[in-house]
Amino acid sequence: MRTVTVVGASLSGLYAARELRAQGFDGRLVIVGDEPHPPYDRPPLSKDFLTGRAGEAQLALTDAGETAELDAEWLLGIRARGLDARGRTVLLDDGRTVSTDGVVIATGASARRLAGDGLAGVHTLRTLDDARALRVELTRGPRRVVVIGGGFIGAETASSCAALGHAVTVVEAATLPLVPRLGAEMAAVCAALHRRRGTELVTGVSVAALHGTVAVTGVALSDGRVLPADVVIVGVGALPNTAWLAGSALALHDGVLCDDGCVTALPQVVAVGDVARVGGVRAEHWTSATEQPRVAVANLLAGRTVESARTVPYFWSDQYGARLQFAGRRQEGDTVRVAEGAIVDGAPAEDGFLARYEREGRTTAVLSVDRPRSFMRARRELVRSEGRVRPAAL
Amino acid sequence: MIPVCRLEDLPEGESVRVGTNPPVAVFRTDDGELYAIDDTCTHQDASLSEGWLEGCLVECPLHAASFDLRTGMPTCLPARRPVRTHRVTVDDGVVHVHLAAEEGSAA
Repeated sequence: MRTVTVVGASLSGLYAARELRAQGFDGRLVIVGDEPHPPYDRPPLSKDFLTGRAGEAQLALTDAGETAELDAEWLLGIRARGLDARGRTVLLDDGRTVSTDGVVIATGASARRLAGDGLAGVHTLRTLDDARALRVELTRGPRRVVVIGGGFIGAETASSCAALGHAVTVVEAATLPLVPRLGAEMAAVCAALHRRRGTELVTGVSVAALHGTVAVTGVALSDGRVLPADVVIVGVGALPNTAWLAGSALALHDGVLCDDGCVTALPQVVAVGDVARVGGVRAEHWTSATEQPRVAVANLLAGRTVESARTVPYFWSDQYGARLQFAGRRQEGDTVRVAEGAIVDGAPAEDGFLARYEREGRTTAVLSVDRPRSFMRARRELVRSEGRVRPAAL
Repeated sequence: MIPVCRLEDLPEGESVRVGTNPPVAVFRTDDGELYAIDDTCTHQDASLSEGWLEGCLVECPLHAASFDLRTGMPTCLPARRPVRTHRVTVDDGVVHVHLAAEEGSAA
């Protein structure tokens, strides 16, 4: 393989570039990124970056020394618009093409939008530019903020807005946020965190319309209420960036379909991170984006799937001063047992708790609030037991 | 020199966080050695005293960055910058940390 092109100068794209070099690829390495920025870390955008505790320098995932060592051609601010049927040519939107022997797809996902969200004051939070724009708006004195969507981005952003002194309402269409992730019982406990900083949580109603002519003035709900708003943050999920692959030979269905080893329908094309549906699962987790590239690159360089990327899913969220951590594969009907700490009045106790999801006497997943040490132990047990239950070669 | 705890209150394989500014994590390895490093992971805000201790390495509880307790150097991503190390002594059965001179940060 003489040329490998990484499409997406993202967390997983950068990790793939590092793995290529670490695993001995010494050919031409091209990294294409549609954003003008070198790779940066997204999790702080809704937290420390928004509140001003962290600056842009702290988001950087790489530095000059490492960039020099990678010896890559960086094509930043340029969007890939196509991959030919053989997977040997990447088409760029400036008209150029890159001939390549291997491709790593790491184009991530984009924030899902709402109709009418072009009004001033309406934001999504996915990219550095999104976060910059929102941060500017949040430093102009107290605002009435409505966050649409009570998932992790919504909850973290609401938490940051509340910490900055804004009046915050979160609108969630489901009866509770995070039910698909945590199950109803624990979702209710975590939803109670909103109360810690006085954020109002409105559930079971959807957004009918955004009001305003130039700038947003309010959010109309499906029950007829209108919430006055100066700032609206739309946090209703993300869609994998696969549009540029239409016309390629790759199978696309809510992501790029890959086997357990991140290999697509073409053996010299692999996919990693938020855009990749690996073995039937598309996990928008930071940890997946950092773990998949090692396996994907090994398989890319081998020319076939020699390794599986199946790991125990893990994600975390910091909100309202609490740290949530979750690992495992929860199933509907698992029983939930608080193994440490306590739940008080339906909310996490001040010193948190650790809950186990169990099925037939086995732990399927663990959730902790402010119990990092116990969580880490439990997560390791899960990884070990999964290794026993499922042989690595899938 | 900051007193931390009595040696018998820090069993092998355990760690303790000292609320200095910045906070320090003191570890007693399975071999009985004592080490102290800055407690906050250089990647993102997480307490290394709550990490996973294996030999002379501690793994961050949030993103699995790993540091060598002897040198403070990161041994894997996502951390790229070292943590400061501090000298540890035991005097009359009490563990003490000697903070590294404030000569700028380890970054």
